[in-house]
Amino acid sequence: MASYAEPVEHHAEEHPPEPHYSSRISPSVLGMFLFIASEIMLFGAFFTAYFFVRIVNGTPWPTPPYHLPVYVAFINTCILVTSSGTVHWALQSVKRGNVFGMRAGLLLTFLMGLTFLITQGVEYSRVGFNTSDGAFATIFFCLTGLHGAHVFVGLTILAFMTTRAFRGHFSPEDHRGVEIGGIYWHFVDVMWIVVFTTVYVL
Amino acid sequence: MRNPLRSEGEAFRFLVAVIIGALVIVGAAYLNTWLGVAAAVLAVAGIVWWLMQEPIPGAAEPAPKLTSSTPGRLHRVLLVAPPGTTSVPSPDGATDVVVLVPALASTLEAVTGAVDDRRADAEQTASRLAAQLPNARGEVGADDPALAVEDALRTFGADEIVVVGDDAIVSAIRDRVTIPVSRA
Repeated sequence: MASYAEPVEHHAEEHPPEPHYSSRISPSVLGMFLFIASEIMLFGAFFTAYFFVRIVNGTPWPTPPYHLPVYVAFINTCILVTSSGTVHWALQSVKRGNVFGMRAGLLLTFLMGLTFLITQGVEYSRVGFNTSDGAFATIFFCLTGLHGAHVFVGLTILAFMTTRAFRGHFSPEDHRGVEIGGIYWHFVDVMWIVVFTTVYVL
Repeated sequence: MRNPLRSEGEAFRFLVAVIIGALVIVGAAYLNTWLGVAAAVLAVAGIVWWLMQEPIPGAAEPAPKLTSSTPGRLHRVLLVAPPGTTSVPSPDGATDVVVLVPALASTLEAVTGAVDDRRADAEQTASRLAAQLPNARGEVGADDPALAVEDALRTFGADEIVVVGDDAIVSAIRDRVTIPVSRA
């Protein structure tokens, strides 16, 4: 726990006051809560539009004559969920000192994430509609595209993690880089489960 | 409530819970639309309930008892006073005094860090009280008096704690430290 008490004299000096925070909640936990809140609001805005279009307006989903490639998306979902398993495996491996497991786990995770993104790009090119083809199409591209942007960020993080893993940067005592990246990747997966369920399945 | 993204392991468990919830919703919606809606409500409520039942790591562990490390000839006193206190008694035989004023704030102010005004009040009180006592300096502490004392003892090895306040505060501080605590 960081010390909160500090001499009063510090604040009389000619410079900005020292940063301070309550000992009740650490900055990292508060930061994570704020991150989650901001992501909920971001995705929430798009899901609000989705429910408005589909429930309030009663727009057919998908709007004829278009069809959603549900099976391709399902395969993509399986790939993404499996990649969460491999990143979990990577972290468990580095905790046990299994360097091969960590490197293999991170590399597989990166490759599966890349496969997901490429598949989504191919899906976009063959889906048969674009963002100007009505509210259904707009919401579809916004929701899946927003998630795709998160996958891209996750892939960038994974690229750094994998590179560092192959350079021997992580150890059983020091693997915070793998942990943080893993948390983000799981979060991206959670959001995809919600997007896939609402947009493709229901 | 536990943060589902606190660690990779917990995030992975949260993902599994979300997948199970999604499968339940899809299965129910396949049978009947309103059954799917009910399943969605139940699934969300179930996941929230599960997160609230999870213990926060370390929360159940007893707080460490902090002790003084002051050499024998010195007598260091930690004087705890709430903001707005106008005067305090001079501790007997004290060679070094720290006047600790907790920046008492509401829970919302504490969690969001919007404690600037509370800290300003506490700083004023600490400066005023420290000026009244010999060999004294003022410090501002956390929003909880017991927590402020615990923080202060990490940098100031007091032999005695004198509290200006009610019995509840004295009792709360006694639970956290092994050095003598008295009420002014």
